[in-house]
Amino acid sequence: MRSHHRRAAQGVAALFILAAATALGQGSPVDEIAKYRAALQDGNPAELWEARGEDMWKQARGPKKASLERCDLGLGPGVVKGAYSELPKYFADADRVQDLETRLVWCMVTQQGYTEADAKKNPFGAGNDKKADMEALVAYVTSESRGIRMNVPQSHPKEQEAYRIGEKIFYYRGGPHDFGCATCHGDDGKRIRLQDLPNLTKVDGARKAYTTWPAYRVSQGELRSFQWRLNDCFRQQRFPELEFASDASIALTMFLARNANGAEFDAPAIKR
Amino acid sequence: MADPMKIRANVVGDTTEVKVLMSHEMETGQRKDAQGKTIPAWHIQTVNATWNGKTVLSAQWGPAVAKNPFLSFKFKGGAKGDKVQITWTDTRGDTRTDEATIG
Amino acid sequence: MDSKRRDMLKTGGGLTLLSLVAAAGWLKPGDGWAAEWNKAAFDTKSMDETLKTIGATTPAQSKDITFFSTPDIAENGAVVPIGITSAIPKTESIAILVEKNPNMLTAVFDIPPGTEPAISTRVKMGQSSNVYALVKADGKYYVASKEIKVTLGGCGG
Repeated sequence: MRSHHRRAAQGVAALFILAAATALGQGSPVDEIAKYRAALQDGNPAELWEARGEDMWKQARGPKKASLERCDLGLGPGVVKGAYSELPKYFADADRVQDLETRLVWCMVTQQGYTEADAKKNPFGAGNDKKADMEALVAYVTSESRGIRMNVPQSHPKEQEAYRIGEKIFYYRGGPHDFGCATCHGDDGKRIRLQDLPNLTKVDGARKAYTTWPAYRVSQGELRSFQWRLNDCFRQQRFPELEFASDASIALTMFLARNANGAEFDAPAIKR
Repeated sequence: MADPMKIRANVVGDTTEVKVLMSHEMETGQRKDAQGKTIPAWHIQTVNATWNGKTVLSAQWGPAVAKNPFLSFKFKGGAKGDKVQITWTDTRGDTRTDEATIG
Repeated sequence: MDSKRRDMLKTGGGLTLLSLVAAAGWLKPGDGWAAEWNKAAFDTKSMDETLKTIGATTPAQSKDITFFSTPDIAENGAVVPIGITSAIPKTESIAILVEKNPNMLTAVFDIPPGTEPAISTRVKMGQSSNVYALVKADGKYYVASKEIKVTLGGCGG
C-alpha cells in the first residue's frame, strides 16, 4: 500500500518535471524521451552479453566437457543463425514444445552432462557476483536472428495446444488484485507512469513487444531476457512465480511469439 | 577477471572512429546494501587508447560514469588492418587490455 | 582535509609519491590534470573547488563548445548520454561535470594532437542538473553548460 502511495507521488513529480520542461519551451517531453532512447541505440551494452554468450557456446563445458556447437535449436545441429525466429517449436527428440531456454537446458543436459537442476539454477543475473550464463547464451542466440522475420510454427498438434494454453493464461485473471496479463496489455493507451504498455492483442503491439526482447535494461544495468519479462510481469500481478522453463512459461511464450509472426526480429535491444 | 571489452574501429576517409563498451559495475560508493552498509566505490579510473603504439585518447573517470561504460571518439589516421588497443584500470588495481582491428 | 589525507596515505599502496603530491596540490599550479587519477579533483564538490584543484583560472563561457546526442530529458538517470565537441583551436582536454551529483567531476578526456576534440560517453545523474563541459585549449579554460532533466525510472518492470 505504501509503495502505491510512493508511486503515485513519483508519478506526480514526473508530470511536474514534464510540465516544467514544456514551459521552458523545449521540445515536447515525448519527443525528448524519444531522443534519449535514440541516443542510447548506438553502443548497446547488450553486446557484452552477446560476446560472453558466444564464447560460452563454443567452450567445452560441463561434466562431459562438450561445447554447445552440436546443439540443435531447430534448424539442425549447431545452426544458430535464424533459430530464434522459429521458436518455440515442437522437438521430436524431447517430444515437447520447447522455447529457447528450455532447448538450451535440454542441450546442456544431454550434451554437456549437467543435471537439469544445475542447468536451470540461475536463469536471471544480478550484478557482477551473480552473472547468469543463461542470459548470456540467450543474448548470443537471439542476436543471430536480428533482421530475420518471426516465423513461429503452428503445424504440430502440440504447438497448437501450447498456443491455446498460452492464450488462456494471457486472459486468465487471478491473484490478490484480480489481475491478468490482459489487464495491462489488452487495451490501447495503457501506461505505468511514463511507460507506454503495448497492447499485445493487436498485431502491431504484439510484434513490437516480442521482437524487442531481450533488452539491456538501463535501469538495472542488466541484459534481460523475454523469460525475465514474463517472470517479472507475474511478480507485478502478484501471481505465483512463473516457473522457469515450465510448460506454462513455454505456452505463454508460444502465444506471444506466434502473434509476432511476420515482424523482423530486432533484439537484443536497449530499454530504459 | 573482468569480461572483455567490445571494441569497434572503422576508418572512413582519413578518420578512424572508435566505439568501446566495457563490462564494469562502476559502483558509486553512494549505495547501501540490504544491511545498510555502504557498498564501497569500485570503478574504472583510467582509460588509455593507442593506435600503433601512439596514445590517441586517455581519460580519467570518477564513479559517475555509467555502469558498463560506453565511449566513442575519432582520430586522424588509421588504416584498415591497423590495431587499436584499449586499456582500463580500476580502483581495485584490476586492469584489462583488449584490441580491435580497424575495419 | 587532514582525515582525507590520512585516508589516502592509508590506502596509498598503489599510489606513487608523485600522485600523492599532485593530489595534495603541492605540484605547481597550472599543470592541469595529472597523468594519474586525480583523486583530489574527483573529490571536489563545486566547480570552484575543481578549478582550484587543477590550478585552472576562471573559464570563459564559450559557444564553440557544443553538446551533441545529449537529450534535454533523460528517462533514467542511471544512463545519460553525453556528447561534447569543442571547436576551440588546440583543445587539450574535455571534462564533464554534473553540478548536482555528490562529486561534480565525472570524467576528463585528454585529447592528443590528431584526435578530434569530440567525445561521447554516458554518465549517471542523481537528479535534474546542469552539466558542464570544461575545455582546456592552449592552456586556457572554457566552459559550456546544458540543463538535463531526469525523470524517475519505471517501477523495475
